[in-house]
Amino acid sequence: MSAFSENAQAFIADGPRLAWHDKAIWFVRQKRDTARAAVPEWEELRATASQIKAHTLSRLAGYLEQFEANAIELGAVVHWARDADEHNRIVHEILRERGVKRLVKSKSMLTEECHLNPYLEERGIEVVDTDLGERIVQFRHEPPSHIVMPAIHLKKEEIGDLFHEKLGTPQGLADPKALTEAARQHLREKFLAADAGLTGVNFAIAETGGIVVCTNEGNADLGTSLPPLHIACMGIEKIVPGTRELAVFLRLLARSATGQPITTYTSHFHGPRPAGELHVVIVDRGRSKILGRSEFRASLKCIRCGACLNTCPVYRRSGGHSYGVTVPGPIGSTLAPHADAAKYAGLPFASTLCGSCSDVCPVHVDLHHQLLAWRGELARQGLVPLGKRIVSRVGAFVLARSWLYQIAGKLVRWVVPLLPARLLRANAWGRQRDLPPMPRESFSEIWRKRGRS
Amino acid sequence: MGARDEILNAVRAGSPPPVALPEEARFRGLRYPDLRDQFARSVAAVGGTCVFVRGSLEEALLALPQYRSAAKVASLVPGVERANVDPAAVADPHLLRDVDFCVLAAELGVAENGAVWITNHGGLGRAVAFLTQQLAIVLRAETLVHNMHEAYQHISIPRPGFGVFLSGPSKTADIEQALVIGAHGARSCTVLVLE
Amino acid sequence: MLEVALFVPCYVDQLYPAIAVATVELLERFGVKVHYPERQTCCGQPMANSGFFDDAVPLVRRMADVFAPYEHVVCPSGSCTSMVRNHTEALVPGDDGVLALRKKTFELCEFLHDVVKVRPEGRFPHRVGLHQSCHGLRGLRLGSGSERLVSPSNKVRALIEGLDGLQLLELARPDDCCGFGGTFAVAEEALSCAMGRDRIADHERAGAEVITGTDISCLMHMDGLLRRERKPQRVLHVAELLAEATA
Repeated sequence: MSAFSENAQAFIADGPRLAWHDKAIWFVRQKRDTARAAVPEWEELRATASQIKAHTLSRLAGYLEQFEANAIELGAVVHWARDADEHNRIVHEILRERGVKRLVKSKSMLTEECHLNPYLEERGIEVVDTDLGERIVQFRHEPPSHIVMPAIHLKKEEIGDLFHEKLGTPQGLADPKALTEAARQHLREKFLAADAGLTGVNFAIAETGGIVVCTNEGNADLGTSLPPLHIACMGIEKIVPGTRELAVFLRLLARSATGQPITTYTSHFHGPRPAGELHVVIVDRGRSKILGRSEFRASLKCIRCGACLNTCPVYRRSGGHSYGVTVPGPIGSTLAPHADAAKYAGLPFASTLCGSCSDVCPVHVDLHHQLLAWRGELARQGLVPLGKRIVSRVGAFVLARSWLYQIAGKLVRWVVPLLPARLLRANAWGRQRDLPPMPRESFSEIWRKRGRS
Repeated sequence: MGARDEILNAVRAGSPPPVALPEEARFRGLRYPDLRDQFARSVAAVGGTCVFVRGSLEEALLALPQYRSAAKVASLVPGVERANVDPAAVADPHLLRDVDFCVLAAELGVAENGAVWITNHGGLGRAVAFLTQQLAIVLRAETLVHNMHEAYQHISIPRPGFGVFLSGPSKTADIEQALVIGAHGARSCTVLVLE
Repeated sequence: MLEVALFVPCYVDQLYPAIAVATVELLERFGVKVHYPERQTCCGQPMANSGFFDDAVPLVRRMADVFAPYEHVVCPSGSCTSMVRNHTEALVPGDDGVLALRKKTFELCEFLHDVVKVRPEGRFPHRVGLHQSCHGLRGLRLGSGSERLVSPSNKVRALIEGLDGLQLLELARPDDCCGFGGTFAVAEEALSCAMGRDRIADHERAGAEVITGTDISCLMHMDGLLRRERKPQRVLHVAELLAEATA
């Protein structure tokens, strides 16, 4: 059993919680469907977005250079980081040089991937995640379970208990409005006291050198308009050619993510604010390698909307934490094995390849095809369990010979009815499911009897 | 070789064969039979309020209880008589922390999503849009556009500078998907469309 | 007269021969001559599904060979048909025989709907829930699916909705996966059964007496749960349903 399997099994064991989680996330999928209905040209928009990304990836170096030059001209400082360590060191150095003690952060999956928070905290910097969901999981010392809704795995009563402990809200208060108000007051003080603000980057515009950050809460804007220092961290794949292309993504992103026509704030930062600094950290962390792999490069088109998580029947019934990786769900299952195929070999199998993810993806990432491609790659590397390999070999041997296949089939049909129920029920099929009654004859035998050809 | 060159070389080495950008005709979107109506609906759908103003701005503002009762009113729009804070004049944005009501001008409004485009708004004082408890946006009806494609064709993007598409009041659904209006930014957003 | 070769998935041949019998009946009823190449065994999907592409390749080539003499290949399984049409190119690139197989292989419902162009008439007075197996739905586009904004269409529905007395029920989630997924059914037992139970509950709430679909793999999984839990609903492959209704 893979780590994912065990985690999923534990998640499912709590029946009511499983049903609640599945329903909560399906609700977001439904909101996306409703939003899509308001855009008759939805499918054309997806195709256009996909092509823009494919084009950008085919000229990525040029666009990165264009972005950098334009950003620098506007007064931003641009840094490059090959991996998580380098990224963390660069961010820390910027903060350390300026004596920053208090940092506020808005959502950045990239910085989660790099484990930036503990790195900074170990070096004496207070890091406050200001997205409400992120702050909740930060208080609980756990990773987010969803890339857009970090605390979707928690019930309001649990958040109420957490806030009672951390913010002094009344015991038993579980009303989302009241809890959000408490968080507003608490985080407002953090924004006002911050020395620096760190954000992710939803889109980096090559043509203008600007970066775009999308939020609903306003936390990225408070975090970057109060303190004088703004650090923005981005993966190399966040580049879009220009504002003409940006429009396409902005029409798709929030609708795909939460069913809103657009996020409350879509902030465009061109250079630092007056008397301030803007540092952009461009991070590779394995992305250039993915770019070079034709079967998987399409995963770099991802705009991190989370729609694939919401539709995935497996994610909904296992939860983000079951995947053991920063970005879970279908997109996570195709990204993770690049970094460590052995550790994440179970993830491409955490799927029935139903294909729903690929059909909701706003940029046409062929997710379920990539998961199958990964299975092939993992098998080639010897990372698929021996049991499966043996079954496959034996199966292939038998099925290559029709006489042997017919004998094997007959054997199964004769032997199974003779086996004791205890034995039939002691395996992964039989524990919870009956087997079909074994027919006396196969279709091949029936056909032959009728003298057909 | 530094990180920059290493990364760019790795990207070049991995680059797929060229793919063309989609042609111009694909960058078009839905247009609505009644632009004002759609804009108003969209603003309401994102939790805001849309008011079409024929008379004076001050009259329209006085119709809002939050404006009438506000102690500190910031405005970057002329003609706001109760304004007593000038965000453009602050040397430190933290001083705007107790603004109750803020009036800002938007360059245009987008019918498909109720967003308005606001730029710089006071340089250092741009924090006021997010610190304020209640927000009012003023824009002229003739600047309404149908969709984001058209919006980008018309907006000015200050370079260097800051601009934001702002759509309704701040909100979150992070607690059990329950929509709560008023997360960290403005608790309310009234869009005043001047005819 | 249309002539087809029947491609019977290995598990249908051995465990559900009645479906293949019904498929023959149906095709002949609509004026199609049916051949059954007896050397056939398997398309290789179970091996490919586990990542063992090398094990699948000889089976794909063999299949192309077995079916080479025929103009049309018809299969009562969406997932096996999808395997042939969507995955054999990557497995055996540049092979003319495999390409020819891809071009002529149809799932049963799409064949009846698109090639024979029949709209069956008959009687099936039952409350029916349609399970839209994923590979047929999204791999072969047997239906429009709930994810995309396209005009609604469904070949399977089109074939059965005209039957007298048949009440086709509305499900809360018309195309959520049942959790069979090939080896997933045993490798991820907990998930598989949770997903299957949810599908069944949806059909129950809708009042289904019969759960039908294009893939007996999905139906076998749900049937396994139904019978273990002693529930009254029965599964019926769409070939059997149509054969019964038009008899």
